[in-house]
Amino acid sequence: MIQRLALPLVNWLRDRLGVDPLLAFLANHKVPASLGGRAGWMYVFGMCLVAAFAVQLVSGVALTTVYVPSATLAHDSIRYITEDMPFGAILRGLHFYGASAMVLLVLVHMLQVYLAGAYKYPREMNWISGVVLLVLVMAMALTGQMLRWDEDGLWTVVVAAKFVARVPLLGPYLTEFVLGGPTVGGATLTRFYALHLFVLPGLIIGLVSLHMYLALHHGVSEPPTTGQPVDPATYKAKYQALKARGIPYFPDVAWKEIVAAVAVVVAIVGLTLAFGPKAIGSPPDPTQAFADPRPDWFVRWYYAFLYLKPRGLESFAMVYLPILVVLGLMLLPILRPAGERSLWRRPWAVVIAGAVVLALGTLTVMGMRAPWAPAYDTQPLGSAELGDAPPEVLAGAQTFHARGCQYCHVVLGEGGRYGPDLTEVAARITPPELTVRIVQGHGQDMPAYVGILSDDDLARIVAFLQALPARRDQPGMR
Amino acid sequence: MCNGNVSGSEPSDGAPADLLTPRRQFLAMVSAGLSGLAGLLVGVPVIGFLVAPLRRQADDVWRAVGPAAEFPIGETVRASYLDPQPLPWAGFSAESAAYVRRLDAGTAIAFSMYCTHTGCPVQWVSSAKLFFCPCHGGAFHDDGSVAAGPPPRALDRHEVRVRNGMVEVRTRKMPLPPRGT
Repeated sequence: MIQRLALPLVNWLRDRLGVDPLLAFLANHKVPASLGGRAGWMYVFGMCLVAAFAVQLVSGVALTTVYVPSATLAHDSIRYITEDMPFGAILRGLHFYGASAMVLLVLVHMLQVYLAGAYKYPREMNWISGVVLLVLVMAMALTGQMLRWDEDGLWTVVVAAKFVARVPLLGPYLTEFVLGGPTVGGATLTRFYALHLFVLPGLIIGLVSLHMYLALHHGVSEPPTTGQPVDPATYKAKYQALKARGIPYFPDVAWKEIVAAVAVVVAIVGLTLAFGPKAIGSPPDPTQAFADPRPDWFVRWYYAFLYLKPRGLESFAMVYLPILVVLGLMLLPILRPAGERSLWRRPWAVVIAGAVVLALGTLTVMGMRAPWAPAYDTQPLGSAELGDAPPEVLAGAQTFHARGCQYCHVVLGEGGRYGPDLTEVAARITPPELTVRIVQGHGQDMPAYVGILSDDDLARIVAFLQALPARRDQPGMR
Repeated sequence: MCNGNVSGSEPSDGAPADLLTPRRQFLAMVSAGLSGLAGLLVGVPVIGFLVAPLRRQADDVWRAVGPAAEFPIGETVRASYLDPQPLPWAGFSAESAAYVRRLDAGTAIAFSMYCTHTGCPVQWVSSAKLFFCPCHGGAFHDDGSVAAGPPPRALDRHEVRVRNGMVEVRTRKMPLPPRGT
């Protein structure tokens, strides 16, 4: 009965919506037969990204219904979402871990395509559109960090303005364009709101459509075979033959993508439930100098790079290098359109990919630790740590803290990690040498304290440092 | 598929083989021109709106930041002031801050609080007589010169004056790096 009623309706919809040609295309779309084997698991990252992006769209639209894009109210609205709304913390978590997944998966996807040499003829535009998508995903991540509109968000905007200020000729205009005025103000946040909600997602949806169309049009690259280089003269014919002997994409190969994509969604939900959303920082007060802003994890590698780069190369590191990297990535398939795809014949590709992964990983770890950041919250050592030390040593501990030494130096496990641990410095160098180091500073990283410390201060600090090696092994010491 | 095919020979592969007949060429150009015109009609006001912040030039102004008594001579004090032309809804986001130090009864100096490295807010630690930057460990001496770390140049300055017993700071745009640095 239901069938008799429903069937005509289904048929009507199939006809008027033009479903059959689409279904036929999907059912008939073939991919190289080897994707039916284990190699097929290397092709899942694109679909994982689609899944993560879907999470972002859905959670993002939902957050929009409550978030207020106002310089004065945004922080409160996020606090309300996180603390008072049912599912609010979960939605913010989904959006944060979804963003993290996107950044990570874009890099993994890119790495896989690079290592498989899949960017070569005729898929140059697949790669180039992918590079633009990488830039757009990073821009989404950064603008998202700004929209959180806590001190991290606010200072990300200021830092962004300082970056574009270094662009030749256009710098002053770009700075005001980014800020929406001469300084941070009422028009700043809404600019990034428009970018994050409309401009960037629109561009991403358009480019993903192109990217997926190209994947269907050129077909996915076959797993590389050593000794079978890409030759533009013969490749397409060879690939057509391979496709004719291929297997249906759906569901024979697609199921692996679905499994991986669902795993990504489960991971995003799992991380949200386990760790909750990214904590909200202090309110975004532009006059508050006691801010201690940090970028989110996905740009910590770059944050670390800005410390480690050679001094004096600011404009190169902040403007020219990012442009060169993106241009270089785009030019890769143009410069290397043909030749071997197999890694056995591309040892340099392995070296380059390995070096990039190692560098990004190392820089990220350094950026997360940020030893160069002053330890504003460090506490002076007292009699708890120093026991029955003479008054001059106790006073030295106070001076060591007050004069900012402890922001950058660890003593008995307490303090910043910018400079060396000074617990045993007195065992290494003599008091006169210590005095010279303090007064003159050291290299480019230790301020000269001449004019800051009185002779009494100096004597107390040196006495304090001299007392430390003996205290290190005392019971109850950290 | 194409009703305007005057030559009557439909190209077999669907490519517009005779696009160059004068009539069709003319129609194609008219189509492109009209589309461009429509784009221009909408595009001009949209672009104008987007770059409007660049045209809204407010001159820098003097802002009183407090009576001189709140700025003991020799001490470095963080002072907040209102931007020259705040939007009505900007609230606290229209405030900026600078570090002010009176040198004697009539003169004072003021430093921008943006680090010259990447622009993070530097913090004055009076007991250490240093400005510290939280982001990459930059430090500046009390005269604004670089003491340590990655900053490429001294802290930027604000104009500042003492008038009728009030300390006044002159607002300034986000300081730009000098050319070639």
